[in-house]
Amino acid sequence: MEYIVSILLSGIAVGGQYALIAIGYTMVYGILRLINFAHGDVFMVAGLMMVYLNAAGLPLLLTIPAVLVLTVVLGFVIERAAYKPLRSAPRMSVMISAIGVSYLLQNMATYVTGGLPQMYPTIPILSDSVPLLGSNPKVVVLVTPFLVAVLVFGLTMLIGHTKIGMAMRAVAKDFETSQLMGIKIDRVISMTFIIGSFLAAVGSMLYFTNYPSIVPLSGAMPGLKAFVAAVFGGIGSIPGAVIGAFLIGICENIIKGLPGMTVFSDAFTFALLIVVLVAKPTGLFGEKATDKV
Amino acid sequence: MLKISDLKVRYGGIEAVKGISLEVPEGQIVTLIGANGAGKSTTLRTIAGLVKPAEGRIQLKGEDITGLAPDKIVTQGITLVPEGRHVFPDMTVLENLKIGAYLRKDSLEEDLKWIYDLFPRLKERSWQAAGTLSGGEQQMLAVGRALMSHPKIMMMDEPSLGLAPIVVKGIFDIIREVNRQGVTILLIEQNANMALKVADLAYVMETGHITLSGPGQELMKDEAVKKAYLGK
Repeated sequence: MEYIVSILLSGIAVGGQYALIAIGYTMVYGILRLINFAHGDVFMVAGLMMVYLNAAGLPLLLTIPAVLVLTVVLGFVIERAAYKPLRSAPRMSVMISAIGVSYLLQNMATYVTGGLPQMYPTIPILSDSVPLLGSNPKVVVLVTPFLVAVLVFGLTMLIGHTKIGMAMRAVAKDFETSQLMGIKIDRVISMTFIIGSFLAAVGSMLYFTNYPSIVPLSGAMPGLKAFVAAVFGGIGSIPGAVIGAFLIGICENIIKGLPGMTVFSDAFTFALLIVVLVAKPTGLFGEKATDKV
Repeated sequence: MLKISDLKVRYGGIEAVKGISLEVPEGQIVTLIGANGAGKSTTLRTIAGLVKPAEGRIQLKGEDITGLAPDKIVTQGITLVPEGRHVFPDMTVLENLKIGAYLRKDSLEEDLKWIYDLFPRLKERSWQAAGTLSGGEQQMLAVGRALMSHPKIMMMDEPSLGLAPIVVKGIFDIIREVNRQGVTILLIEQNANMALKVADLAYVMETGHITLSGPGQELMKDEAVKKAYLGK
């Protein structure tokens, strides 16, 4: 019983962390039709920023907002430098540019860290353990689903009920008509990257608190899984990405918990991707076409 | 009010508009007719700021607006109802109207009332997703959305495209009504008959050049126009 509870809890927590990354993938795809391969690495860089700012002696109360702000700046700069100049280029070019940014970030991280694992600072309270139904999870495991729920709710409100949200929906549908409405599409696209990076930074704090250290490739696997989650839920759809992420997180942990199956947990995730792509290429909540001629 | 001089537009190596000059006097309905590929749409898209001209000048009330970004053009009071309507299908009718006023910061109440008076159909369907409207209703919505920006000039790209004749007549009645309420209209059409009937001033465009101009009623009697565009 304790075992099942602890597996479910950590599944939900990991799912929530994937969800925060997956939203970044799905929003950028929704607007630019671009799979932002650098997103997982932005997540990793957010983790490293935490390490270095903390090592520089900044108090945690300042480090956390600083990491959030710096990650947002990073996401913004990546879009302006690597994607915006390619706005009218074929989609393939932008995707290759994204792969380039991904490698750039990984290699810069290797250069800065010397390739050595860096100890992730402990965030007090989040790293503490609490007894619950016989298991002993860290506070972060319990906090994650609630924090994710609050952030997703906030995001849904932003997109559904504010002017910038309306502009985002318009740009996602139709660049040119949005421009005719007077919407500055570059601003809307920047805003998308800002939101995505912010959520990735929050996700990195929750995720790495569960792990002792961080290496330059730490972003690759969670990034890939979040991407699978986004595809699973129907890329372009925010609720889809969140639900997909929770499903993947939970399934993955259940498989990890089965005797002798631990090594297959990653394989399971990707097998799931293949099944989804074959059976329902648009994912659970994939875009429906309401075009009427 | 709007003056275009020697406008040239190129796509890659192809010159779509080859040095045209035209004028849109305040308060009038001006139409630009011509066959497919004559460069009509390109002309409107260039005025709207979606395409940058290679040469020439566009002036609004004497002020140079050549090559400004689309949002600046909207601020200047020029709006374009795009070809094929392009309403935002997943948004409600009301949201579509609101997004038309994206750059405005003042209250929209009065204007919404104005649009709903012009198009009672839209009021009935205010909460419906725009994608579920009929073609004619979508065209009304596209016009309403454009009017929400408080334009001085409303440009329309083929408003009759794909609509039943009875609906087209309704759309042209609306164009007249909007014009009567003080909005200058620049209209391009393949349906030359309808366009010339409502136009105070008409230009005929052929392969990137303006070949003929004059009051709409006069052009309707022109033998060359009759033969080429009116099928008589």
